Amino acid sequence: MNILYFLICCSILMALIFLAAFFWASKTGQHDDVYTPGVRMLFDDEPERENSEEDHFSN
Amino acid sequence: MENQKNTAIKSVCFHCGEGLPKLKYQLDDKDFCCAGCKGVYKILSENNLCNYYAYNDNPGQRFNSESHLEYLDEEAIISQLIDYRQGSSSIITFYVPAIHCSSCIWLLEHLYKINTAIFSSRIDFLKKQVTINFNHEEISLRQLVETLIHIGYEPLISLQDVVKENQNVNNKSLIVKIAVAGFLMGNVMLFSFPEYFGLSGFEKQFQDLFGWLNLAFAIPAAFYCGRDYFVSAITSLKHKHINLDTPLALIIAVLFFRTAFEVIFKTGPGFADTLTGLIFLLLMGKWLRQRTYHHISFDRDYRSYFPIAVTVIIEGKEKPVALNEVKIGDRLWIRNGELVPADAILMKGDARMDMSFVTGESEPVHKVLGEIIYAGGRQAGEAIELEVIKPVSQSYLTGLWNNENYKSDKSKETFNDSVAKYFSLAVFITAFTSASYWAFTGDQHKAWSAFTAVIIVACPCVLALSTPFTLSAILSVFDKKGFYIKNTDAVEALAKCDTIIFDKTGTLTSSDTAEISFKGSLTYQEKMVLSSLMRNSTHPMSRHILQKLNPDQFYTVQDFIEIPGKGLSGTINGLAVYAGNLSLLRKQVNQSGSPGIHIVIDGQYMGVFSVKQQWRPDLNNLISGLKKSFQLQLLSGDTNKDEPFLKTIFPADAKLKFKQSPHEKLSAILALQQNKAQVMMLGDGLNDAGALKQSNFGIAITDNINSFTPGCDAILKGTSLSLLPAFIQLSKDGLKIIKISFAIAVAYNCVGIYFAVQGTLYPLIAAVLMPASTITIICFTTFTTGYFARKRKLK
Repeated sequence: MNILYFLICCSILMALIFLAAFFWASKTGQHDDVYTPGVRMLFDDEPERENSEEDHFSN
Repeated sequence: MENQKNTAIKSVCFHCGEGLPKLKYQLDDKDFCCAGCKGVYKILSENNLCNYYAYNDNPGQRFNSESHLEYLDEEAIISQLIDYRQGSSSIITFYVPAIHCSSCIWLLEHLYKINTAIFSSRIDFLKKQVTINFNHEEISLRQLVETLIHIGYEPLISLQDVVKENQNVNNKSLIVKIAVAGFLMGNVMLFSFPEYFGLSGFEKQFQDLFGWLNLAFAIPAAFYCGRDYFVSAITSLKHKHINLDTPLALIIAVLFFRTAFEVIFKTGPGFADTLTGLIFLLLMGKWLRQRTYHHISFDRDYRSYFPIAVTVIIEGKEKPVALNEVKIGDRLWIRNGELVPADAILMKGDARMDMSFVTGESEPVHKVLGEIIYAGGRQAGEAIELEVIKPVSQSYLTGLWNNENYKSDKSKETFNDSVAKYFSLAVFITAFTSASYWAFTGDQHKAWSAFTAVIIVACPCVLALSTPFTLSAILSVFDKKGFYIKNTDAVEALAKCDTIIFDKTGTLTSSDTAEISFKGSLTYQEKMVLSSLMRNSTHPMSRHILQKLNPDQFYTVQDFIEIPGKGLSGTINGLAVYAGNLSLLRKQVNQSGSPGIHIVIDGQYMGVFSVKQQWRPDLNNLISGLKKSFQLQLLSGDTNKDEPFLKTIFPADAKLKFKQSPHEKLSAILALQQNKAQVMMLGDGLNDAGALKQSNFGIAITDNINSFTPGCDAILKGTSLSLLPAFIQLSKDGLKIIKISFAIAVAYNCVGIYFAVQGTLYPLIAAVLMPASTITIICFTTFTTGYFARKRKLK
């Protein structure tokens, strides 16, 4: 059962890594704006496609 | 079906979505309501940015900007505005009120397509801010702002830098603490589980390890995460006063020391689980209480109304100077539509001051040479020269904010703080009685454990949580109905009010839906002639009249002259047409009493266009809903022309006062407060700002949530004004809910104390009782708030 000592260390270490990850995210401002990125990822910006769409309309 | 949809789309402006006038502007088969909208479309289509219109229908906003931007060339002002500068690149953040939909995000993040000197731009949608990284060697700050204005997104640059004041450092440290507390709680729970289920002999070898680990986790929980409670308790004790943090700090300390004692002397598992859980929940409650609206600022003062710079005449030359560098004796050059930033004497020019900011009066005031013009007046007319007699910070209007006695005598004691005293006292008496009982019977160990257990179990945790949970639930009900309260503490202040004071202009009347009426008669031909004249002017009044006339043809105008703030004249089809105020008319007119836009065609007086203020709908219901339980008053800066009408809706005992200066409004509220009244003030403009700040609960009424409102406790949409009685009722219900949940908490505590006084409180009971009571309270507050909201028809 001595393996438990090792597992306990692992579990604390894992939790610490997650805590550190949260701090990092918080520090780099990832929680500052939780709305805009969700909208931003829905934009598609391919200039070629825009042109082809315009052509399609004018024909 | 398809056809119908098309006509529906066609009848509005492609850019801004407003209704089209009969004579519309056209480009690329698209219809526009005005030259401005067409101009924006042209820029976007030239830069291949028409995707802007793909994400939303008619995403644009109508605008008309005549800002003078010379000040953006001044190095001193640039360095104040810029966030960061290195090499050739600069970063700047603007507050752009026009941001309102996903198309705005798309367009403002593609600024680099319009100008290659812009490297990148990022939007924070909720804060309506755009951060732009640009090459300042290729494009000046002024050109950058001009680019933004050209596409309809004028940034708001004011003396109070909205962008920089928003950075909330305090909140960030709380979030870090919550994260740490959550981490500690999770781990401690994990190591406490074996203890809950009972340990077999074989697992006993881990007991010590778990105990020590728990103790190790309890140290940061108590002294890092819980540090604020100790600080707050010590400061309040120093002031010989007990607040809710005092018993909380005591409990945290007792929990920690008992845990340390039990672990070190191997007498038990300790209460680390209760301790970390308690701190985590307390911090969550605190976070809920501090949460506020990012996108609405409640702390604005005169500085957000004032520009950042003003034109000063130095040795005959105009030069933009930062406002805080303006000295007594400086000569200011104020153009049409600009704000006078400091008290000054009129030296040159014809001043027609729109003092609605300062006094609430709707008509412009004529000032003669040598007269003092107070800061806050807006020039409506030709450019004038002024000499500053008082620095900006000491002017008449800004003096409202430097008033020393603001809220000084206001008792900020909340229900929590008043209960905390009695609560702490009761807990101490119980703890000491039980401890002395066991000490008397000679059981030292039991005396110590009973003493600590009572304190642990009587935790006012629920008290600290029920308030933020209930009040934040109420806040979210309110904000769906257009009522935005600053924070949860303000809800308690709202519930306690017994006197309500209204402002008139902009509060009981609506500033958006002014109705234009014409006294006199015009033939079709005359209407078309007049519209042709109006079309050449960008003055809002001309646009309103144009909209009303809705012409279907235009003639060419010759000799067009616009005298700012006075009127327009021109020759159309050989007819001399004049539109404007009376002062320019050569001959006397009988109806000289009525202000407005007077029309003269070919020497003949045709009539007058006047703007009628529109009362908000449902005023009758609002007042009759409030008059039973509140004392009502009206303080208006305007003349008493509406007194007869107001008398019919206000109850007979309500005081109606007119021609009140901002300072008189403020002192009226002070006088009421000295008579122990809890005053609620409803106002809109800068002229109410002092009164709003002094009142116990200040509500700023606005027709557009994004426009500027003076500093206040809450912002109410004009359309929701009639719901005010229901809002007040719900806030009272909220206090009731808090009291009931306090009773529930006491019931739980009694169960705990039953075990505690016997000295037999096992950690498991404490660990179960606390979350159980917390969950009960959270569910109870959420459900009852929902119930009351439905009852008050707010949901």
